[in-house]
Amino acid sequence: MKKIEAIIKPFKLDDVKDALNELGIKGMTISEVKGYGRQKGHKEIYRGAEYVVDFIPKVKLELIVAAEQVDEVVECIRKSALTGKIGDGKIFVLPVEEVIRVRTGEKGKEAI
Amino acid sequence: MIQAGDTVFILVSAALVLLMTLGLALFYGGMVRSKNVLGTILQSMAMISVISLEWVYIGYSMAFGPDVGGLVGNLSWFGLQGVGVAPSDQYATTVPHLAFMIYQCMFAVITPALITGAFAERVRFWPFVFFSLGWTILVYNPVCHWVWGQGGWLAARGVLDFAGGLVVHLTSGVAALAAVLVIGPRKGFGRESFMPHNLPMTVLGTGLLWFGWFGFNAGSALAANGVAATAFVTTHLAGMAGLAMWLLIEAKHRGRPTTLGAASGAIAGLATVTPAAGFITTNAAVLIGLLAGACCYMAVSFKNRLGYDDSLDVVGIHGVGGLLGTLCLGIFASLKANPAGADGLLAGNPAFFFTQLFGVAVVGIYAFAVSWGLLKLVNAVAPLRLSHEAELSGLDLSEHSETAYNT
Repeated sequence: MKKIEAIIKPFKLDDVKDALNELGIKGMTISEVKGYGRQKGHKEIYRGAEYVVDFIPKVKLELIVAAEQVDEVVECIRKSALTGKIGDGKIFVLPVEEVIRVRTGEKGKEAI
Repeated sequence: MIQAGDTVFILVSAALVLLMTLGLALFYGGMVRSKNVLGTILQSMAMISVISLEWVYIGYSMAFGPDVGGLVGNLSWFGLQGVGVAPSDQYATTVPHLAFMIYQCMFAVITPALITGAFAERVRFWPFVFFSLGWTILVYNPVCHWVWGQGGWLAARGVLDFAGGLVVHLTSGVAALAAVLVIGPRKGFGRESFMPHNLPMTVLGTGLLWFGWFGFNAGSALAANGVAATAFVTTHLAGMAGLAMWLLIEAKHRGRPTTLGAASGAIAGLATVTPAAGFITTNAAVLIGLLAGACCYMAVSFKNRLGYDDSLDVVGIHGVGGLLGTLCLGIFASLKANPAGADGLLAGNPAFFFTQLFGVAVVGIYAFAVSWGLLKLVNAVAPLRLSHEAELSGLDLSEHSETAYNT
């Protein structure tokens, strides 16, 4: 089993979610995060003073999938989150030791 | 003799001016970071209680009571002795004396609340309360007497201040400057961005201030008459002109008009027209508003360059506004607008301009010096600054054990 973490542009969340649904992914966790990479921040102006805002809002998706599904899911996220401009985000794949469903106590793939 | 219309007008105006202090709380509250919003709001709210009590017991008597050498009223009206339903024979003679007293009380309340924007996000609550109480007794009450009290020495010299350019805005503006110098900048000033956390809240506060300002300025006619109508209209025109000017300059200078700019420009125009409102024509009011938008914008930009942490621009908007408006009155005052006023520079009376300049200098220097001394004194007895750790965690949690936004 693998964990996929994807940092994407917030306005792409619906596209990514719909694409993953079509693939049969049944759940995910998202959070609103801030950060910067190559895109850098933007300028804001308050009473004539400019502020550089380094951290820009992004959405982080987290989902656990079976190892054999990883390539397909990563490609799906990449395609649906793509705009082609700097700041589209990143996808991380991490190993997962165990998954347990709280309600039933099922473990492993059954619990995903 | 009591006139019903005047009495209604003054009582409603008093309520409007009270609303301004809560409007100010929101105006300032929106501009601070979310961890300081409650502490900032409470500083203004607390003034309603502390200064009203002070006013009823000694403040009103010091400001408006029987004169002592032109400098201050004596304390013979302590606890409102002799201040009752019958009209005063000196002030607002067509309304109950109590109505005039409570109307003036609301001015005394908002003035120290204005100062809080200068040291926002970094002072302890109780030392702040002691400072504000002392400041009202030592600065507000005497200056109010000099300008508005029967026998006040600045009034005797011909200095005019319709609704508080000197008494309210200049005193609070220079006190703010003293506070910035004594208290110092916020931790991380110049390195971190202190961005406003809720500008819609600031806009709501602007609306309440603007609404209340009609009571502040038109009410200062102290009767429901033509002067009140003049002041009402000049107030509105200066506010709208200040708003427009700030947006235009900002768009030219930084490329974008901003919401906070609109709010700031409106308040600048309103503050600046305050000393002049009942003494000028409507055309002069538009000019004053435009000047206010431009000068206050420049003052705020200049502050950014000097590196003073006047956090919410009390000096740049209220100090500069009060100063500019009082001088503008010296230029634009017209007996045609109000026969009880004066003619200014443009009406061929340069002497009045110098009288106003004298008033600005005296009030500015006195208020600055006493504020400075008082801040040093309070600081020595009970430090005004939050500890480093408390400042980082924010006023709300460290001073009041609450947080504004719990999700």
